[in-house]
Amino acid sequence: MNRKMVFYTCGRMLLLEAVLLTLPLLTAIFYRESCFLSILAGVAAALLCGGIIMLLSKPKEGDVTAIYSREGFIITALTWVLYSAIGALPFVISGEIPSYIDAFFETVSGFTTTGASILTDVESMSKGLLMWRSFTHWVGGMGILVMVLAVTPMSNDRSMHIMRAEMPGPVVGKLVPKAKQTAKILYIMYFILTLLEIILLLIGGMSLFEAMIYSFGTAGTGGFGCYADSMGGFSPYLQWVVTVFMFIFGINFNLYYLLLIKRFKAVFSSEELWTYAGIVFISTAAIAVNIRPLYGTASEAIRHSAFQVMSIVSTSGFATTDFNLWNGFSKAILVILMIIGACAGSTAGGLKVSRVIMLFKSVKCELKRMLHPRSVSAVRFEGKPLDRQTISGVAFYFAIYVAIIFAVFLAISWEPFDFETKFTSVLACFNNVGPGLGAVGPAGSFAGYSWITKLVLSFSMLLGRLEIYPMLFMLSPSVWRRQM
Amino acid sequence: MKIIIAGCGKIGSSVLANLSAEGHDITAIDTKSEIINELTGIYDVMGVTGSAVDQEILEEAGVENCGMFIAMTESDELNMLSCFLAKKMGAKNTVARIRNPEYNDRRLDFLRQNLELSMSINPELRTARELYNVLKFPSALKIETFSRRNLEMIEFLLGEDSDLAGKNLHEIRKKYDAQFLIACVERGDQVYIPNGVFRLEKGDIIGLVASLPEMQKLLKMLNSLRRQAKNILILGGSKTAYYLAKMFEGGGNTAKIIEQDEQRSLELTEALPKATIIHGDGAAQETLMEEGLMTCDAFVALTGIDEENILLGIYAAQQKVPKTIVKVNRDELASLAKKIGIESIVSPKEITSNILVQYARALENSSGSSVETLYKLFGGKAEALEFIVSGESKITGIPLKDLKLRPNILIAGIVRGRRIIIPSGSDDIEPSDRVVIISAGNRLSNLEDILL
Repeated sequence: MNRKMVFYTCGRMLLLEAVLLTLPLLTAIFYRESCFLSILAGVAAALLCGGIIMLLSKPKEGDVTAIYSREGFIITALTWVLYSAIGALPFVISGEIPSYIDAFFETVSGFTTTGASILTDVESMSKGLLMWRSFTHWVGGMGILVMVLAVTPMSNDRSMHIMRAEMPGPVVGKLVPKAKQTAKILYIMYFILTLLEIILLLIGGMSLFEAMIYSFGTAGTGGFGCYADSMGGFSPYLQWVVTVFMFIFGINFNLYYLLLIKRFKAVFSSEELWTYAGIVFISTAAIAVNIRPLYGTASEAIRHSAFQVMSIVSTSGFATTDFNLWNGFSKAILVILMIIGACAGSTAGGLKVSRVIMLFKSVKCELKRMLHPRSVSAVRFEGKPLDRQTISGVAFYFAIYVAIIFAVFLAISWEPFDFETKFTSVLACFNNVGPGLGAVGPAGSFAGYSWITKLVLSFSMLLGRLEIYPMLFMLSPSVWRRQM
Repeated sequence: MKIIIAGCGKIGSSVLANLSAEGHDITAIDTKSEIINELTGIYDVMGVTGSAVDQEILEEAGVENCGMFIAMTESDELNMLSCFLAKKMGAKNTVARIRNPEYNDRRLDFLRQNLELSMSINPELRTARELYNVLKFPSALKIETFSRRNLEMIEFLLGEDSDLAGKNLHEIRKKYDAQFLIACVERGDQVYIPNGVFRLEKGDIIGLVASLPEMQKLLKMLNSLRRQAKNILILGGSKTAYYLAKMFEGGGNTAKIIEQDEQRSLELTEALPKATIIHGDGAAQETLMEEGLMTCDAFVALTGIDEENILLGIYAAQQKVPKTIVKVNRDELASLAKKIGIESIVSPKEITSNILVQYARALENSSGSSVETLYKLFGGKAEALEFIVSGESKITGIPLKDLKLRPNILIAGIVRGRRIIIPSGSDDIEPSDRVVIISAGNRLSNLEDILL
């Protein structure tokens, strides 16, 4: 592997983090908060680390500068780890999250758009740091490297490898022939949708600060808020706006592009979109009926049901009510939704609806083959037959996915919590949902876990966000060998 | 510009690589998903898997607003049909590869008109033409022709006993009384655009620009003018071989083709009554000797396998065949073959890519002086371009020595009516001239681009 280029690229990425930190910096200045200095220290750390890494690994004349898929994977994984490591510094320096491990967990949770928190008292945090926490959602949602690709002139022919490693979904396609152009279009659409949500929230009476925090959380499908009861204290209008936008950000962004270029037929015949909408609708209806007795009016039950379903299926993790208090059936649905997640190519986590469809269809095909051994059949998705590689890729991904859930669950099983808490902690982190059930439910937090568990869960969040492979490759010694 | 390439085989993917390096937005269509996966992994292009005559696939590739649609599939008919569809769906320009001899005669114009093709391209015919040019002027490793052959640039190797080696360009110009210009020099892996004090060395390959008579005069003075090849031995009965043999018919020339496949040999015999067709294994030395390798003027290896062509080319060169040309399609093998002593190489891929790159550049600027011809020299390290000056511009009427040119640019020749000017500092460019530019490391699509 070309180590020099990997580190050099990561160094450049860190410089961009310093730029990203200016938004919370401005917020802190605006509110005249003392965390201003600690954020500034974060900026300095990012510049310093990035600069040193770049200096040490600067490619000399004649060095090979090409990067291939292997380097792309490692650059992606390493950048995400470095971003979290540096991004955690302002929390520690300001003293608002004294332990570095806690701050690291919180930042990973932010970038991976998980929204799992170790904070027990969000409301006492300074506004600048809250802004940073939520802004990481926004950046992590569409992708750090996709952003770099869109805004910096570094792109070359090979930048596709970096983008592919970061974009979620079984098949990564481009919108337009050029990777850089694709990244730009994605971010522009992302920005406009976010802006739209901010405006709608402002109309509903939120302050600009709150509107930004909640819009960033929704856009990245993250789930960090600025109140202990998440969205519970807001008006029904605001809750519905967030519900709708969680749905919107759970849709494959390619479809928005198809809308823009007026290919409506392709959008409305999208199998994944309809399945996604179907899952949301059926789950909402089932839960609404199930929880009707807990709430005063039917509309309240529907609102809570819709919000929670959207929050979980889009892997955001906001809450308007403590769903931990619901009965087993509703909770079971939520756990299943955690695993399914939203559409490929969106900002959401989880397995992705398209993978679930492909899995079910290939299972059906296999079963048919058992009954009619000579039958020949193809798995079709979005109107096209899938090639064998994609099908086996999805099956393989699912196998690894399950294996990782078991492994992480085993690794944290010694913690003194009940089964439900621990199991849903793993699901909530690995699928980038945020809150789980039991002690880590919407009213609880991850603060009770030991530091080892926090690290394990941070790692599983990164695994989930980057769709497993980049993080696994980073740990494989064979990839790091200089030769071959 | 938005370009769609349908069919990404050997030639299609080479065209894709070249146009992608030019910075165009490219979408590739191929029926094989493996090919699409591979190409999108290497180049920054978009891929669509499916048939190029499927309306939905074309729509998905975005044919309605593409500037250029290039059909390069195996089948001529498929290419024509998909170009026709693409044109109907809104593609501005369509280019089809049509290489079957049946279509490549008078009927081609009819086809082109009625299918509204902007251009049809026949790599085999173009290759044969290039081969023919070199065989008619064997001193050259390669010939690039400009302005309908009024002006040429030949690549010429300075051998062990060359009179030019060790002299700088000033001295050379003084010594030889001919209208010529040494426009570029390849030494090792480097390409130079030389100035007056540049000293040539043996082993250099120089690009020589002159008109054909002046070129012959100069080479005669240098004692390296070789006589035209009249008896040629062609290995492999491909379409290129057919076109080449056809060009060699008549005028006391003879062409002999050795082909391994019996059926193909019979077909060739019917199509080429004047040529001699041998059915046999050309890779066997015995066959080559028997068919007169030692007495032929030139040996051309055109089998489908690059390696076989190279090896037999080396063998022929060892047998002191006056001129050996081999067809090599893979770029990396071509540079290797050059290193081990094969002087003349033709690459259908490169020829086709050159034409399409030139066409795309010409489309880019509808106004101004656009590219008329474009050749990539020395494996793409330099380019030779011909422009027609459209009208008055900031480049016309000024003595060349007063023009502020970008680095690594040379004005190598001007064709004014029937006059050929090898320019010096006091010449100027006038409207409707044809101007030949040699450039390294610049991307020119307009004549004005040569200015700083």
